[in-house]
Amino acid sequence: MNAPPKQMAMPSADKRWRIVDATMRRHGYVGNCLIEALHTAQECFGYLDEPALRFVAGSLHLPLSKVFGVATFYHHFMLKPQGKHTCVVCLGTACYIKGANELLEKLEQKYGVAAGETTRDGALSVLTARCLGSCGLAPAAVLDGTVLGKVASGDLLSRVEKQVTHDS
Amino acid sequence: MTVDELEQIAETEKESCRKCPNHLHVCVAAGCISSQSQQVKEALEAEIKAKGLEGQCHVKGVGCMGLCAAGPLVSLPAKNVMYQGVKPQDAADIIDGVKADKPVKRLDCPTDVPFFTRQKKIVLENCGAIDPERIEEYIAADGYAALHKALTGMTRPEVIEQVSRSGLRGRGGAGFPTGLKWSMVAKANAPTKYVICNADEGDPGAFMDRSVLESDPHRVLEGMAIAAYAIGASYGYIYVRSEYPLAVQRLKVAIRQADKIGLLGNNIFGTPFSFKIDIRLGAGAFVCGEETALIASIAGQRGQPRPRPPFPAESGLWGAPTLINNVETFANIAPILRNGGNWYAGIGTEKSKGTKTFALAGKVNNTGLIEIPMGITLREIIFDIGGGIPDGKKFKAVQTGGPSGGCIPEQFLDMPVDYDSLAKVGSIMGSGGMIIMDETSSMVDVARFFMEFCMSESCGKCVPCRAGTVQMHDLLKKIIARKATQRDVQLLEELCDMVKSTSLCGLGQTAPNPVLSTMRYFRKEYADLLQPDDSTAEPVAAGAKETVP
Repeated sequence: MNAPPKQMAMPSADKRWRIVDATMRRHGYVGNCLIEALHTAQECFGYLDEPALRFVAGSLHLPLSKVFGVATFYHHFMLKPQGKHTCVVCLGTACYIKGANELLEKLEQKYGVAAGETTRDGALSVLTARCLGSCGLAPAAVLDGTVLGKVASGDLLSRVEKQVTHDS
Repeated sequence: MTVDELEQIAETEKESCRKCPNHLHVCVAAGCISSQSQQVKEALEAEIKAKGLEGQCHVKGVGCMGLCAAGPLVSLPAKNVMYQGVKPQDAADIIDGVKADKPVKRLDCPTDVPFFTRQKKIVLENCGAIDPERIEEYIAADGYAALHKALTGMTRPEVIEQVSRSGLRGRGGAGFPTGLKWSMVAKANAPTKYVICNADEGDPGAFMDRSVLESDPHRVLEGMAIAAYAIGASYGYIYVRSEYPLAVQRLKVAIRQADKIGLLGNNIFGTPFSFKIDIRLGAGAFVCGEETALIASIAGQRGQPRPRPPFPAESGLWGAPTLINNVETFANIAPILRNGGNWYAGIGTEKSKGTKTFALAGKVNNTGLIEIPMGITLREIIFDIGGGIPDGKKFKAVQTGGPSGGCIPEQFLDMPVDYDSLAKVGSIMGSGGMIIMDETSSMVDVARFFMEFCMSESCGKCVPCRAGTVQMHDLLKKIIARKATQRDVQLLEELCDMVKSTSLCGLGQTAPNPVLSTMRYFRKEYADLLQPDDSTAEPVAAGAKETVP
């Protein structure tokens, strides 16, 4: 008989760790729920930092290297914090044909970041998506969770600027 | 749950439907939600309340109505009226129109145009007609009747026989006969088997599966349950992209509802058959659409494929025989069992039966979701249903099959759309993305776009794909920068051939397709970008080659 696995201590008193723990408990702390656990952790914290990866690895009795490997394999998982605002430009085929790369270039130029990066002041992350599935609205972008369809580059820039300067 | 109870639910639902003379359908699938259809729905509800018309007018959210370009869409099925581009401030006019029985002219979206009349809806028959978050509406539309028929009136081989007879082929793109796949898993002798629904729709430019999941999730659950019965599985997984939060949420609601009234779970319809479904989220990896990579991902591993055989039908998830079908394949099952395999086989062409959904996008007037019988021509799809190319531009090519497919030029527009014809011209059916390009699109750039996609999505396990896609992408970049010569094009062709023949999985094996098909049909565009060969370097290199034994 195996001794019952020892419970991993939560990294801090932050209540969000309990949500992550609950996901793993629901699956009986088996290793195959790793991706589900990482999803929950990212939903709770916005990104996966080292304490989060260590906590998940310890709870599921997996080597940290494996957890890190899975977290870096999938595009969805972020290992760095995102900016206060995010603008995701869809680079699916339909959007590309309708000039999404121009949208992205203009954004990159204006904020001096490459796709996937965050501005130095942490105000804006410029991201890309493989396909949002909103091909009927191409070119599409998502600004802070709101989908903008059939968006022109000037329009997108002014909306991003409005969002970013709004709280400064 | 008994059949009487099922009929009772259907009857109650139909009765409450009859009581209210005017139903307003508001599309609440992702496309229209992005154009604020949720606000339109709320405005309509508020307007009905303000005018005191609660008993006569009812607003319901429905799935995709197809014409995503004209969203948000609102329809009045009883009056055969559809409104396009509706804004919340139009609510008052629409409700007044319903009251006075006079449609609002300025919002009218004609439904007697080829976009609607040329389609044949089997998979999408409930999309845009029922509320995807209410199981009662699905049941009222004959939902779960096929599952009941299978469980209480058919043996397992009989179910497989009907699916085989229908001629249904896998809708994920490769087109493997579904009945044959089912019988392979059914034959495997093992105590545990699994059914997996592949909803990892990764092709950029494809959104058919998402629309089905968002608009009619129970249809997929029913198809999976029938498959599980036929092959002897009692557990199923839906592997769905995390990029589709709305589809995930509606699937969760659907599973909970079906569980609650006993259409999933133990002893369904009082038979010994039990079936449970769990959702597994993808995390943004295109390669996970490959079945062995998908299985690895469900098990919490990196999504890397493994060599086949053994095929998942023998050894899949946790070593157990596993049936993997695509969303659209499962969505075809219930109607096939309801109407019989012969009915389905009567639609389509000799080797490609039934209908196929496509996501029309790119430079075409009517972007959106369509379903057509197999065998109609590309011209009919693009120019009749799709309404042609916008801004008076000229058609150049249509891309099918995403990064694994190819670009089809004008000369093949009158070719019928089926698995074999598309393969013959160097493309594939794929899952159903159809991107139309006009004369302004550079085909070399399109090839580079897809190669960049494959390069970043390569899982890195096998060298031909990992290194080959990078090299091919570099060569394409060089060609576009006008720095390449004829020799680079030759090298690119050799690389295409090598990556195609030696990669481990479908991603690498098909990654060269967009390059090969654009080279085949748009050679001139490549040639126009080339530098003249360095005439002094060429003979030396050729001579040097000859001296090597």
